[in-house]
Amino acid sequence: MTEETHNAPVEPNAVEEPLDLVRLSLDERIYVKLRGDRELRGKLHAYDGHLNMVLGEVEETITVVEINEETYEEVIRTVKRTSEMLFVRGDGVILVSPPVRTN
Amino acid sequence: LFYSFFKTLIGQQVTVELKNDLAITGILTSVDQFLNIKLDEIRAVDDAKYPHMMAVKNCFIRGSVVRYVQLPASAVDTALLQDAARREAQQPTTGGAH
Repeated sequence: MTEETHNAPVEPNAVEEPLDLVRLSLDERIYVKLRGDRELRGKLHAYDGHLNMVLGEVEETITVVEINEETYEEVIRTVKRTSEMLFVRGDGVILVSPPVRTN
Repeated sequence: LFYSFFKTLIGQQVTVELKNDLAITGILTSVDQFLNIKLDEIRAVDDAKYPHMMAVKNCFIRGSVVRYVQLPASAVDTALLQDAARREAQQPTTGGAH
């Protein structure tokens, strides 16, 4: 019983998979959200199926919430760091997008 | 793809930032298919975050505990990398249906 229940694309270009959309962002600036309340903005030089990536000219933003126990206020701080070239391991990546712009 | 990429970086000084916030600088001596990393002549980037540094000169780091690897931009040919990544999408080197 060999039935084709899935319509696999015969031509690789006929259907776009999510990774094909990432491919369109190569050599473009992108925004990456990572685990641990971290965000990266940089130029995408390489990626693979695990979402391992190499980014150039990247700025990392770490969001830290500090709670003042006495006054019960939450202070939200961000820490920024930059690297000229960074390899990012895919298992920490949550999402990848063109830079978020406030239009 | 990234296995080959790291092989081209052997001999360079890199900084590996781990998931537990440790940052180690050293010379890349070896890498494998899991992106496990061996570093020589290691130094702690920030002494407070990395204890017991005196005892250790070389180390083996399991790939799965790496968060980032900071690289010198001069060691990277971005055009070549981008080209390789484009081809990787068509035909992934680790498994894949195409």
